[in-house]
Amino acid sequence: SRRTMGRAMGLAGLLLGLVVVPAVLVSTSLRHGAPRTEAEPEPSGWELAADAVPEDSLWPLPQWVRTSPRQLQLAPSRFQLVHGAGSSAGPGCGLLQDAFRRYYEYMFGHSRRRTWGRRPLAARAEPELFQLQVVIEAGDPGCDKHPQLTSSEAYHLTVTEPVAILKAYEVWGALRGLETFSQLVHEDDYGSFLVNESEINDFPRFAHRGVLLDTSRHYLPMKSILTNLDAMAFNKFNVLHWHVVDDQSFPYQSIYFPELSDKGAYSSNLIYTPADVRLVIEYARLRGIRVIPEFDTPGHTQSWGKGQKDLLTPCYSGGQPTGSFGPVNPVWNTTYNFMTMFFKEISSVFPDEFIHLGGDEVDFSCWKSNPEVKEFMKKQGFGTDYAKLESYYVQNIVDIVSSYNKGQMVWQEVFDHKAQLKPDTVVQVWMANNYAHELSSVTGAGFTTVLSAPWYLDYISYGQDWKKYYSVEPLNFPGSEKQKKLVIGGEACLWGEFVDATNLTPRLWPRASAVGERLWSSSNVTNLQDAYKRLTNHRCRMLRYDLVA
Amino acid sequence: AENEPSWETPCSELFVYVSTPGCDGFPTLDSKESYKLSISKGSMLLSAETVWGALRGLETFSQLVGRDENGTYYINETEIVDFPRFPHRGLLLDTSRHYLPLRAILETLDVMAYNKFNVFHWHIVDDPSFPYESSTFPELSKQGAFNAMTHVYTASDVRTVIEYARLRGIRVIAEFDTPGHTLSWGPGAPGLLTPCYVGEAPSGVYGPINPIVNSTYQFVTSLFQEVSTVFPDFFLHLGGDEVDFTCWKSNPEIRAFMKEMGFGEDYKKLESFYIQRLLHIVSSLGKGYIVWQEVFDNDVKLRPDTIIHVWKENSMQYLNEMANVTRAGYRALLSAPWYLNRISYGQDWIAAYKVEPLNFAGVPEQKALVMGGEACMWGEYVDVTNLTPRLW
Repeated sequence: SRRTMGRAMGLAGLLLGLVVVPAVLVSTSLRHGAPRTEAEPEPSGWELAADAVPEDSLWPLPQWVRTSPRQLQLAPSRFQLVHGAGSSAGPGCGLLQDAFRRYYEYMFGHSRRRTWGRRPLAARAEPELFQLQVVIEAGDPGCDKHPQLTSSEAYHLTVTEPVAILKAYEVWGALRGLETFSQLVHEDDYGSFLVNESEINDFPRFAHRGVLLDTSRHYLPMKSILTNLDAMAFNKFNVLHWHVVDDQSFPYQSIYFPELSDKGAYSSNLIYTPADVRLVIEYARLRGIRVIPEFDTPGHTQSWGKGQKDLLTPCYSGGQPTGSFGPVNPVWNTTYNFMTMFFKEISSVFPDEFIHLGGDEVDFSCWKSNPEVKEFMKKQGFGTDYAKLESYYVQNIVDIVSSYNKGQMVWQEVFDHKAQLKPDTVVQVWMANNYAHELSSVTGAGFTTVLSAPWYLDYISYGQDWKKYYSVEPLNFPGSEKQKKLVIGGEACLWGEFVDATNLTPRLWPRASAVGERLWSSSNVTNLQDAYKRLTNHRCRMLRYDLVA
Repeated sequence: AENEPSWETPCSELFVYVSTPGCDGFPTLDSKESYKLSISKGSMLLSAETVWGALRGLETFSQLVGRDENGTYYINETEIVDFPRFPHRGLLLDTSRHYLPLRAILETLDVMAYNKFNVFHWHIVDDPSFPYESSTFPELSKQGAFNAMTHVYTASDVRTVIEYARLRGIRVIAEFDTPGHTLSWGPGAPGLLTPCYVGEAPSGVYGPINPIVNSTYQFVTSLFQEVSTVFPDFFLHLGGDEVDFTCWKSNPEIRAFMKEMGFGEDYKKLESFYIQRLLHIVSSLGKGYIVWQEVFDNDVKLRPDTIIHVWKENSMQYLNEMANVTRAGYRALLSAPWYLNRISYGQDWIAAYKVEPLNFAGVPEQKALVMGGEACMWGEYVDVTNLTPRLW
């Protein structure tokens, strides 16, 4: 459920002052080699046209925006981001202090050629904006907490002279508001910083807006992950779904089971130490981003077997072990002893309320070949239905993880194979084929769900594929209003088979931005031409912030 | 321990022996790039006919050097005799759809050398922008570049590219694509492009270069005079692709000209009229030329030493085109299956690798006319933020 501001403000759709700038179409260029497509609206120059309106640079588009042509000027040497009177947060709020510095740097710092204070302000007609005051309204602002699914990200921004006010219920809303404010500030031809008088009321449509990174198919150095968190913050994403280990490698350095990464990582330097993990979590927290780790089992676990003997199922052929292994062995007690210890560690290392258990693409052939497993199936009365065995396993893990007071996220197969899940389990729908039907089923059964199926960004293709990601409507499935409320959001997934630090950022951004707006903005924000204009400006801004988008 | 390799006396020198001089010249289509590499106990010898072959051999040598777990550099005894199958192995970069800073071009040249590419096809200008700073016509980039201060290639930049390439045995073939793909030329050269008409009145929109006015040919002569001097390679790429006839058709003066010349309604004849004059101008400047396949497809009269660049890909039709071009006696370059800008999911390098350029019906003399090919990285969706991982 989404928190709204104290006083009921605008609803989705009231976008006064939002003007759709007519497409400045000139080029009839036929793309060499590409099929003839319709001409794209493109800005005639690479800078904002002189008559651009301030909303031209907002991404994602806020729920309610009103701007006036009246401009205010900002002097970098004088302008301040401060805590406002009555705020429950003050200078002791490290999260906001950090954000103030960061956003000051974004707005004014990148123009390296500036020399402050040489020319007096005298000549300008515009009044000066001296401050942005941030006022947190909740009794507990959340400065030292971690963001949660139920955190409030709503904010209200008023930009008038002499002081702009950013009100938010919790610090998370302030972070979102600071991002928006930074998108309103622009430089004119003379290098002066200006902002239009405006009022914005904003909150996200969906509470779970995530990006999945896969650090097993290819190791991603810390710099890559942190840069990506920055980019997520520019786009108001609030969940990093960290698919940290898989078949290919196990880079997570476990405290209880150091052999897992010793034997399972690509090499001894391609790991995430506990300090690395803490840094990712804190860096994310300061940007209002939750870190949900995924330790995918029982499938996708080849790399676990390197450092943990007798965890994976030995496969058999003709009555003899072949030497190769399959999914985690669900029949041995030692498996659950291991998982109990392992998830105890994970539960304490990762502060989020949720852990992703995986559960996808379990290949039953190895289980079917193993005599002990077959014996177990018989004893349990599962017949030949190995989905039941998978569910038996998953249910045990669910119980283990629940005992540590963590909620669970799972891939859709876990639900499809009818495992018994806790009522607050989040089911992630990823299979592209008829996903609308799956959403109906999952929500029909009363589970909350996160949509990824149409947003597998690792599936690259030629041209402006951002449009197809943008055009997805997550609630476009047969279901009651109650069901639709169970869709808590979505995740853009960048699986790592063909991705590493050399190409991650340009592959993910700004394509993921399309998903970001779809998950934050109102459902009727669908105009592609307007989106194009704002997205190109947004992309250029991300480049100015040194993101290689 | 028994299984450790016994290192021979360390090798201290690789002798490079080149039989024909030519350090200060430029590589050409006919340059010999063959080399021999002989690594044995006590002697490492790289011999080549030309310096270009030596460059190729040095690259190979560097690929043979290994390093063991102790950090020791080693090389196995080796004999290599090598030469390229095709003499024209090129890469196209498009600096008009998106400007590419100089460092991106230079980095690309480095990686080309690692991969033994020897032609940099610089598709320098096109519809969206004109970054080439012309000394004869400075207005072209002043009005036509994305940003005339920052998104241009100065004469010094161009010289840098040419020399950086030369030092790696890479030819630089500039493409000034006409008469289509020239919208960015318009602002800096008033009167050059055809004004399109809606009914009786000009619409304000422009089309391809105007082929019927003398000023066009004066302009073209002057521009290519400069380009011929700036770019030392014997070949220039003249483009000639995707000419949209709609604007010409709409223009009453052009319609009148068509009538006068007896071209009927066949605008390909008008295109030919322009191209033929262009080819003549360029020939008199002492340059050879490469053109996109439409110029051949549209029956333009060409000099026998023209090279036709095959680019249209339509379910393997390009092989037919290769057959047609070579049967007509022209040399051919293949790019159709190698449009690397057309990305797709997975290991698409395999499809590019499997291409067999000579897989068309033809006699050996025809096949010998295939000079090679070019991987193309068109710039609609490519700039410095994603060029390198997309290309390599």
